Amino acid sequence: MSAASAPHEDDRRESFRTGFRAGLPYAAVGFLLSMSFGILARDSGFSAEAAIVMSAVVFAGSAQFAAVSIIASGGTAGAAVAAAALMNSRFLPMGIALGPSLPGRAAVRAAQGQAVVDASWAMANRGGGRFDRWFLFGSTAPQYVTWIAGTMLGSLGGDLFTDPSRYGLDAIYPTFFLALVIAEVKDRTTLAIAVTGGLLALSLVEVAPAGLPVLAASLVALWGLRRGRAAA
Amino acid sequence: MTATIWWTVAGCTVVTAVIKAIGPLALGGRDIPPRLTGVIELMAPALLAALVITSTFAVGDQWHVGANTAGVAVAGIILVRRGPLILAVVTAVAVTALLRAAT
Repeated sequence: MSAASAPHEDDRRESFRTGFRAGLPYAAVGFLLSMSFGILARDSGFSAEAAIVMSAVVFAGSAQFAAVSIIASGGTAGAAVAAAALMNSRFLPMGIALGPSLPGRAAVRAAQGQAVVDASWAMANRGGGRFDRWFLFGSTAPQYVTWIAGTMLGSLGGDLFTDPSRYGLDAIYPTFFLALVIAEVKDRTTLAIAVTGGLLALSLVEVAPAGLPVLAASLVALWGLRRGRAAA
Repeated sequence: MTATIWWTVAGCTVVTAVIKAIGPLALGGRDIPPRLTGVIELMAPALLAALVITSTFAVGDQWHVGANTAGVAVAGIILVRRGPLILAVVTAVAVTALLRAAT
Protein backbone atom coordinates (compact mmCIF):
# COMPACT_ATOMS: atom_id res chain seq x y z
CA MET A 1 0.00 0.00 0.00
CA SER A 2 2.70 2.47 1.02
CA ALA A 3 4.92 1.54 -1.92
CA ALA A 4 2.01 1.87 -4.30
CA SER A 5 0.88 5.16 -2.86
CA ALA A 6 4.33 6.80 -2.80
CA PRO A 7 4.21 8.06 -6.41
CA HIS A 8 0.89 9.68 -5.62
CA GLU A 9 2.28 11.77 -2.76
CA ASP A 10 2.82 14.75 -5.05
CA ASP A 11 -0.67 14.40 -6.49
CA ARG A 12 -2.11 14.40 -3.00
CA ARG A 13 -0.16 17.45 -1.97
CA GLU A 14 -1.18 19.22 -5.15
CA SER A 15 -4.84 18.28 -4.62
CA PHE A 16 -4.67 19.50 -1.05
CA ARG A 17 -3.11 22.80 -2.13
CA THR A 18 -5.62 23.34 -4.92
CA GLY A 19 -8.44 22.55 -2.52
CA PHE A 20 -6.98 24.89 0.08
CA ARG A 21 -6.97 27.79 -2.38
CA ALA A 22 -10.49 26.97 -3.55
CA GLY A 23 -11.66 26.93 0.07
CA LEU A 24 -10.29 30.37 0.94
CA PRO A 25 -13.30 32.46 -0.25
CA TYR A 26 -15.62 30.17 1.70
CA ALA A 27 -13.33 30.47 4.70
CA ALA A 28 -13.67 34.26 4.50
CA VAL A 29 -17.47 34.04 4.41
CA GLY A 30 -17.39 31.46 7.19
CA PHE A 31 -15.39 33.87 9.32
CA LEU A 32 -18.18 36.47 9.12
CA LEU A 33 -20.89 33.87 9.71
CA SER A 34 -19.15 32.32 12.69
CA MET A 35 -18.56 35.77 14.16
CA SER A 36 -22.31 36.35 14.12
CA PHE A 37 -22.74 32.85 15.55
CA GLY A 38 -20.44 33.74 18.43
CA ILE A 39 -22.46 36.87 19.15
CA LEU A 40 -25.78 35.02 18.93
CA ALA A 41 -24.50 32.27 21.22
CA ARG A 42 -23.43 34.78 23.88
CA ASP A 43 -26.80 36.55 23.62
CA SER A 44 -28.48 33.16 24.03
CA GLY A 45 -26.76 32.42 27.34
CA PHE A 46 -23.76 30.46 26.06
CA SER A 47 -20.39 31.13 27.62
CA ALA A 48 -17.62 32.01 25.17
CA GLU A 49 -16.05 28.63 25.96
CA ALA A 50 -19.24 26.76 25.06
CA ALA A 51 -19.61 28.71 21.80
CA ILE A 52 -16.00 28.08 20.78
CA VAL A 53 -16.07 24.40 21.75
CA MET A 54 -19.31 23.99 19.79
CA SER A 55 -17.76 25.48 16.66
CA ALA A 56 -14.65 23.33 17.07
CA VAL A 57 -16.45 20.01 17.54
CA VAL A 58 -19.74 20.48 15.66
CA PHE A 59 -18.46 22.69 12.79
CA ALA A 60 -21.78 22.93 10.97
CA GLY A 61 -23.13 26.44 10.62
CA SER A 62 -26.83 25.97 9.99
CA ALA A 63 -27.07 23.31 12.71
CA GLN A 64 -25.32 25.50 15.26
CA PHE A 65 -27.56 28.47 14.51
CA ALA A 66 -30.65 26.26 14.75
CA ALA A 67 -29.60 24.68 18.05
CA VAL A 68 -28.65 27.97 19.68
CA SER A 69 -31.88 29.65 18.55
CA ILE A 70 -33.88 26.89 20.22
CA ILE A 71 -31.95 27.22 23.48
CA ALA A 72 -32.46 31.00 23.30
CA SER A 73 -36.22 30.55 23.04
CA GLY A 74 -36.26 28.30 26.09
CA GLY A 75 -36.20 24.93 24.34
CA THR A 76 -34.67 21.76 25.73
CA ALA A 77 -31.30 20.28 24.77
CA GLY A 78 -33.18 17.43 23.09
CA ALA A 79 -35.14 19.82 20.89
CA ALA A 80 -31.96 21.72 20.00
CA VAL A 81 -30.11 18.53 19.07
CA ALA A 82 -33.05 17.28 17.00
CA ALA A 83 -33.14 20.55 15.06
CA ALA A 84 -29.39 20.34 14.49
CA ALA A 85 -29.72 16.74 13.27
CA LEU A 86 -32.38 17.78 10.75
CA MET A 87 -30.25 20.69 9.55
CA ASN A 88 -27.34 18.30 9.06
CA SER A 89 -29.42 15.60 7.43
CA ARG A 90 -28.16 16.74 4.01
CA PHE A 91 -24.73 15.39 5.01
CA LEU A 92 -26.23 11.91 4.83
CA PRO A 93 -26.68 11.89 1.02
CA MET A 94 -23.43 13.84 0.67
CA GLY A 95 -21.63 11.14 2.68
CA ILE A 96 -23.22 8.39 0.62
CA ALA A 97 -21.99 10.11 -2.55
CA LEU A 98 -18.50 10.53 -1.08
CA GLY A 99 -18.28 7.06 0.50
CA PRO A 100 -16.91 5.08 -2.45
CA SER A 101 -14.07 7.61 -2.84
CA LEU A 102 -12.76 7.00 0.69
CA PRO A 103 -10.39 4.04 1.07
CA GLY A 104 -9.00 2.56 4.27
CA ARG A 105 -10.30 1.08 7.49
CA ALA A 106 -13.77 1.90 8.74
CA ALA A 107 -12.56 4.25 11.49
CA VAL A 108 -10.35 6.13 9.03
CA ARG A 109 -13.20 6.50 6.55
CA ALA A 110 -15.58 7.73 9.23
CA ALA A 111 -12.98 10.28 10.33
CA GLN A 112 -12.36 11.44 6.77
CA GLY A 113 -16.08 11.83 6.24
CA GLN A 114 -16.08 14.52 8.94
CA ALA A 115 -14.33 16.84 6.47
CA VAL A 116 -17.54 17.19 4.48
CA VAL A 117 -18.94 20.71 4.40
CA ASP A 118 -21.20 21.93 1.60
CA ALA A 119 -18.73 23.89 -0.51
CA SER A 120 -15.82 21.45 -0.15
CA TRP A 121 -18.03 18.51 -1.01
CA ALA A 122 -19.35 20.24 -4.12
CA MET A 123 -15.94 21.37 -5.35
CA ALA A 124 -14.28 18.00 -4.71
CA ASN A 125 -16.77 16.31 -7.04
CA ARG A 126 -14.83 14.97 -10.02
CA GLY A 127 -17.77 13.57 -11.98
CA GLY A 128 -18.53 9.94 -12.70
CA GLY A 129 -19.45 9.51 -9.03
CA ARG A 130 -15.85 10.19 -7.90
CA PHE A 131 -14.56 12.69 -5.35
CA ASP A 132 -11.01 13.97 -4.80
CA ARG A 133 -10.64 13.43 -1.06
CA TRP A 134 -7.38 15.37 -0.72
CA PHE A 135 -8.99 18.35 -2.42
CA LEU A 136 -11.85 17.97 0.07
CA PHE A 137 -9.48 17.99 3.06
CA GLY A 138 -7.55 20.95 1.65
CA SER A 139 -10.69 22.96 1.03
CA THR A 140 -12.16 22.27 4.46
CA ALA A 141 -8.93 23.09 6.36
CA PRO A 142 -9.06 26.91 6.04
CA GLN A 143 -12.83 26.88 6.55
CA TYR A 144 -12.37 25.02 9.83
CA VAL A 145 -9.74 27.46 11.06
CA THR A 146 -11.75 30.61 10.26
CA TRP A 147 -14.92 29.03 11.66
CA ILE A 148 -13.25 28.74 15.06
CA ALA A 149 -11.45 32.09 14.77
CA GLY A 150 -14.67 33.91 13.89
CA THR A 151 -16.50 32.28 16.78
CA MET A 152 -13.75 33.40 19.14
CA LEU A 153 -13.92 36.97 17.92
CA GLY A 154 -17.71 37.05 18.02
CA SER A 155 -18.09 35.47 21.43
CA LEU A 156 -15.18 37.26 23.10
CA GLY A 157 -15.04 40.52 21.15
CA GLY A 158 -18.62 41.57 21.51
CA ASP A 159 -20.48 44.02 19.40
CA LEU A 160 -18.28 44.85 16.47
CA PHE A 161 -20.60 43.13 14.13
CA THR A 162 -24.01 42.41 15.48
CA ASP A 163 -26.23 42.06 12.47
CA PRO A 164 -24.75 40.73 9.22
CA SER A 165 -28.01 41.25 7.33
CA ARG A 166 -27.72 45.00 7.86
CA TYR A 167 -24.86 45.18 5.39
CA GLY A 168 -26.28 42.75 2.89
CA LEU A 169 -23.77 40.10 3.91
CA ASP A 170 -26.53 37.49 4.02
CA ALA A 171 -26.52 37.61 0.20
CA ILE A 172 -22.94 36.26 0.05
CA TYR A 173 -23.61 32.66 1.00
CA PRO A 174 -26.38 32.02 -1.57
CA THR A 175 -24.30 33.74 -4.27
CA PHE A 176 -21.34 31.42 -3.65
CA PHE A 177 -23.62 28.42 -3.77
CA LEU A 178 -25.34 29.69 -6.88
CA ALA A 179 -21.93 29.76 -8.56
CA LEU A 180 -21.46 26.11 -7.53
CA VAL A 181 -24.88 25.18 -8.91
CA ILE A 182 -24.12 26.85 -12.23
CA ALA A 183 -20.89 24.86 -12.42
CA GLU A 184 -22.87 21.66 -11.85
CA VAL A 185 -25.46 22.40 -14.52
CA LYS A 186 -23.90 20.82 -17.59
CA ASP A 187 -26.89 19.69 -19.61
CA ARG A 188 -30.67 19.63 -19.65
CA THR A 189 -30.89 16.79 -17.13
CA THR A 190 -28.78 18.54 -14.50
CA LEU A 191 -30.67 21.80 -15.10
CA ALA A 192 -34.00 20.01 -14.64
CA ILE A 193 -32.68 18.30 -11.48
CA ALA A 194 -31.46 21.60 -10.02
CA VAL A 195 -34.75 23.37 -10.74
CA THR A 196 -36.84 20.46 -9.44
CA GLY A 197 -34.71 20.04 -6.30
CA GLY A 198 -34.86 23.76 -5.56
CA LEU A 199 -38.62 24.00 -6.07
CA LEU A 200 -39.29 20.84 -4.07
CA ALA A 201 -37.28 22.22 -1.14
CA LEU A 202 -39.02 25.60 -1.37
CA SER A 203 -42.44 23.97 -1.49
CA LEU A 204 -41.66 22.17 1.79
CA VAL A 205 -40.22 25.16 3.65
CA GLU A 206 -43.46 26.18 5.30
CA VAL A 207 -44.70 22.69 6.14
CA ALA A 208 -41.62 20.60 7.05
CA PRO A 209 -39.17 21.17 9.93
CA ALA A 210 -36.09 23.21 8.98
CA GLY A 211 -33.47 21.06 7.27
CA LEU A 212 -35.83 18.46 5.85
CA PRO A 213 -36.63 20.46 2.67
CA VAL A 214 -32.99 20.31 1.57
CA LEU A 215 -32.74 16.61 2.45
CA ALA A 216 -35.91 15.94 0.43
CA ALA A 217 -34.30 17.62 -2.59
CA SER A 218 -31.66 14.88 -2.63
CA LEU A 219 -34.40 12.39 -3.51
CA VAL A 220 -34.66 14.10 -6.90
CA ALA A 221 -31.20 12.67 -7.63
CA LEU A 222 -32.77 9.20 -7.71
CA TRP A 223 -33.66 10.12 -11.27
CA GLY A 224 -30.04 9.10 -11.87
CA LEU A 225 -31.00 5.44 -11.41
CA ARG A 226 -32.31 5.58 -14.97
CA ARG A 227 -29.10 7.15 -16.22
CA GLY A 228 -26.90 4.64 -14.39
CA ARG A 229 -28.82 1.79 -15.98
CA ALA A 230 -28.42 3.36 -19.39
CA ALA A 231 -24.66 3.73 -18.86
CA ALA A 232 -24.23 0.18 -17.53
CA MET B 1 -28.90 26.50 31.86
CA THR B 2 -25.21 25.65 31.75
CA ALA B 3 -25.99 21.93 31.80
CA THR B 4 -28.55 22.37 29.02
CA ILE B 5 -25.96 24.17 26.90
CA TRP B 6 -23.26 21.56 27.36
CA TRP B 7 -25.71 18.73 26.68
CA THR B 8 -26.67 20.56 23.49
CA VAL B 9 -23.03 20.86 22.44
CA ALA B 10 -22.40 17.18 23.19
CA GLY B 11 -25.58 16.03 21.45
CA CYS B 12 -24.92 18.13 18.34
CA THR B 13 -21.38 16.75 18.18
CA VAL B 14 -22.57 13.16 18.25
CA VAL B 15 -25.42 13.50 15.74
CA THR B 16 -23.27 15.47 13.30
CA ALA B 17 -20.42 12.97 13.46
CA VAL B 18 -22.79 10.02 13.04
CA ILE B 19 -24.63 11.58 10.08
CA LYS B 20 -21.34 12.36 8.33
CA ALA B 21 -19.93 8.88 9.05
CA ILE B 22 -22.81 6.75 7.75
CA GLY B 23 -22.04 7.10 4.03
CA PRO B 24 -18.27 6.53 4.34
CA LEU B 25 -18.86 3.52 6.64
CA ALA B 26 -21.49 1.92 4.42
CA LEU B 27 -19.91 2.51 1.03
CA GLY B 28 -16.26 3.33 1.72
CA GLY B 29 -13.52 1.93 -0.47
CA ARG B 30 -15.87 0.05 -2.76
CA ASP B 31 -16.31 0.31 -6.44
CA ILE B 32 -19.30 2.45 -7.11
CA PRO B 33 -22.32 0.34 -7.99
CA PRO B 34 -23.00 1.42 -11.59
CA ARG B 35 -26.58 2.34 -10.89
CA LEU B 36 -25.50 4.58 -8.03
CA THR B 37 -23.13 6.59 -10.27
CA GLY B 38 -25.97 8.43 -11.95
CA VAL B 39 -27.57 9.21 -8.59
CA ILE B 40 -24.32 10.53 -7.10
CA GLU B 41 -23.77 12.77 -10.12
CA LEU B 42 -27.17 14.36 -9.68
CA MET B 43 -26.90 14.92 -5.93
CA ALA B 44 -24.81 18.07 -6.22
CA PRO B 45 -27.20 20.00 -8.49
CA ALA B 46 -30.21 18.87 -6.43
CA LEU B 47 -28.75 19.66 -2.98
CA LEU B 48 -26.95 22.87 -3.93
CA ALA B 49 -29.98 24.28 -5.74
CA ALA B 50 -32.10 23.50 -2.68
CA LEU B 51 -29.63 25.36 -0.44
CA VAL B 52 -29.61 28.37 -2.76
CA ILE B 53 -33.36 28.55 -3.26
CA THR B 54 -34.26 28.08 0.41
CA SER B 55 -31.71 30.66 1.56
CA THR B 56 -32.84 33.16 -1.10
CA PHE B 57 -36.63 32.79 -1.06
CA ALA B 58 -37.26 31.93 2.59
CA VAL B 59 -36.39 33.09 6.09
CA GLY B 60 -36.81 30.39 8.68
CA ASP B 61 -39.99 28.49 7.84
CA GLN B 62 -41.61 31.33 5.88
CA TRP B 63 -41.35 32.18 2.21
CA HIS B 64 -39.79 35.57 1.95
CA VAL B 65 -38.77 37.80 -0.93
CA GLY B 66 -36.57 40.65 0.23
CA ALA B 67 -33.60 42.81 -0.63
CA ASN B 68 -31.31 39.77 -0.46
CA THR B 69 -33.48 38.00 -3.05
CA ALA B 70 -32.89 40.86 -5.47
CA GLY B 71 -29.18 40.92 -4.66
CA VAL B 72 -28.73 37.21 -5.32
CA ALA B 73 -30.83 37.45 -8.50
CA VAL B 74 -28.62 40.19 -9.94
CA ALA B 75 -25.55 38.17 -8.96
CA GLY B 76 -27.10 35.20 -10.73
CA ILE B 77 -27.36 37.15 -13.97
CA ILE B 78 -23.66 38.04 -13.70
CA LEU B 79 -22.73 34.40 -13.04
CA VAL B 80 -24.83 32.99 -15.87
CA ARG B 81 -23.17 35.46 -18.23
CA ARG B 82 -19.82 34.10 -17.01
CA GLY B 83 -18.86 37.17 -15.03
CA PRO B 84 -16.27 36.77 -12.26
CA LEU B 85 -17.43 35.37 -8.92
CA ILE B 86 -15.98 38.24 -6.93
CA LEU B 87 -17.95 40.76 -9.01
CA ALA B 88 -21.11 38.72 -8.47
CA VAL B 89 -20.57 38.63 -4.69
CA VAL B 90 -19.78 42.34 -4.39
CA THR B 91 -22.82 43.16 -6.53
CA ALA B 92 -25.07 40.90 -4.44
CA VAL B 93 -23.96 42.62 -1.24
CA ALA B 94 -24.21 46.12 -2.73
CA VAL B 95 -27.68 45.62 -4.20
CA THR B 96 -28.95 44.08 -0.97
CA ALA B 97 -27.48 46.75 1.26
CA LEU B 98 -28.67 49.61 -0.98
CA LEU B 99 -32.20 48.26 -1.17
CA ARG B 100 -32.27 47.86 2.61
CA ALA B 101 -30.96 51.37 3.11
CA ALA B 102 -33.62 52.72 0.73
CA THR B 103 -36.55 51.00 2.44
